[in-house]
Amino acid sequence: MSTREFQVIPRVDVDGTAVDGEQLEISMGPQHPSTHGVFRMDLKLDGERVARLKPVFGYLHRNHEKIGESTTYLGSMPYTDRLDYFCSLTNNWAYALAVEKLAGLQAPERAEYIRVITAELTRLQNHASLAGFLLQDMGASGTPLMYAFREREKILDLFESLTGARMMCNYMRFGGCRCDLPAGWILEARGVVERFPRFLDEFQALLDGNEILMSRTQGVGVLPAALAVNAGITGPMLRASGVNYDLRKVDRYGIYDRFSFKVPIGDHGDVYDRYMVRVLEMRESLKILDQALRDIPDGPILDPKAKLRGFRPKPGEAYGRIESPKGELGFYLISDGSPNPYRYRVRPPSFINLTLLEDLCLGHQVADVVVILGSVDIVLGEVDR
Amino acid sequence: MNLPGHGILKGLAETARNFVGSYVSKDRLVTVQYPEERLPSKEAARNFPFLVYDGEDWEKGLRCVACQICEKECPPKCITIVKDTLRKPDYVGKLQFQPKLFDIDISVCMSCQICVEVCPFDAIKMDNEFELSGCDRFEQLLLHKRQLAKPNEYYQRIHPIEAAEVDGRLNVEKAKAQAKAGAGKK
Repeated sequence: MSTREFQVIPRVDVDGTAVDGEQLEISMGPQHPSTHGVFRMDLKLDGERVARLKPVFGYLHRNHEKIGESTTYLGSMPYTDRLDYFCSLTNNWAYALAVEKLAGLQAPERAEYIRVITAELTRLQNHASLAGFLLQDMGASGTPLMYAFREREKILDLFESLTGARMMCNYMRFGGCRCDLPAGWILEARGVVERFPRFLDEFQALLDGNEILMSRTQGVGVLPAALAVNAGITGPMLRASGVNYDLRKVDRYGIYDRFSFKVPIGDHGDVYDRYMVRVLEMRESLKILDQALRDIPDGPILDPKAKLRGFRPKPGEAYGRIESPKGELGFYLISDGSPNPYRYRVRPPSFINLTLLEDLCLGHQVADVVVILGSVDIVLGEVDR
Repeated sequence: MNLPGHGILKGLAETARNFVGSYVSKDRLVTVQYPEERLPSKEAARNFPFLVYDGEDWEKGLRCVACQICEKECPPKCITIVKDTLRKPDYVGKLQFQPKLFDIDISVCMSCQICVEVCPFDAIKMDNEFELSGCDRFEQLLLHKRQLAKPNEYYQRIHPIEAAEVDGRLNVEKAKAQAKAGAGKK
């Protein structure tokens, strides 16, 4: 029997071009478990290879920026928790930094230390769970993710005893932090930081050199450095491509100039490098945490000029940015002197890192798309806002 | 040069170590058998707001003076307050308004604690009760004044350190007001 006895009905694509009968269009998501939320990819497949990929997002759009313009400055703080719900404390910090620039506030030294400690703990738990999710996507069902979540649990317990919530912390305030560290918190945090390297050692023993991991990740989804820079990619994804750009070193916001730490740089820009850069970054975060927990001074935690009620910064504009675990997270605010910002704009790292997904996936197999998407590290709360 | 499969075997050894370790080490097994076993609640833990009252009578003792600051500051706007026309004396003996209606829709509330921070009268605090499931959204998740009012002793029990600090501050203010009133009479 000949393979072509039936006639292919010519179809027309959305953009007007005729669809080749040999190519298969599939819609992956929005409920696909590998898409880390409600994210859809329109794939055109040539056999098993990706010929075209269109990311479709917006399923989780919550009007974040418009809400920010219609609530007070303080009222937006709990909403920032819900951007990237894995790293609420770094979101808080970026927003607080933008408003502090706008209003001319300065966080006291102790508050700066608390911010660094909480941000680095956030980075630890984000990267640990990312590594777990990435391996989950690759088919290592459960084990690495369970180990990562076990460690994340210990960090979330620290967050709960400090801020009262595990994920929606709402902890930073303009000009400092909401409340001081509870008694014994530093000791607890030191315990977690001391035990974390043992987890990392085990995690690396579990996975480094694993032949399946190597063959699935090395040479897959290569991102050239020039393309990454042109597309505005930031964070571990950019550094995995070999570009030395870390806002903690470039901007030295907060008190990051006081700590000695290295910035891990990748070489090939493939999925393996992206995974490895994050694992190494966790080790550097532990170094920062060691120093910060040792040096943290006593003192006030809030700028005396800070106002909770009736906060109206003078007219002007400000952009505050930090190195969030996923990349450069920025808040752009315009004030017209009223209690609400006139314009409130978020520069979400995972949204901008996602724009290159097609370039990373072209020519790879469908199963690799899942792995590449996992290595970009997206959280849909932040992509869709 | 490693033998093929070396990495996988090394990983499997790690899994085995974790499996055996989970029987002996608390560090490797962090879960508990809820609801039979429960972790102790943390001092800072917060869930939904409640109204504090002093003394025996919940309606008379309510600290809230219906100033509506929390209603205005609440980001998702889940608080509704209607002022009463009658006034009542507060803890320092000053005549204050009281809420005729105080509703919190906890299906809208996002537990951000901003109402607690902006309240100048220490009248609204965060509860840590989390087992709140119900079959009817309006009957069980729209809390009225009666359901929200909880005695100060309850607050002292769930947030001991914070409550001690608040009580200390209120006592100082009360003593000051009494001294002033005493001086005024003379």
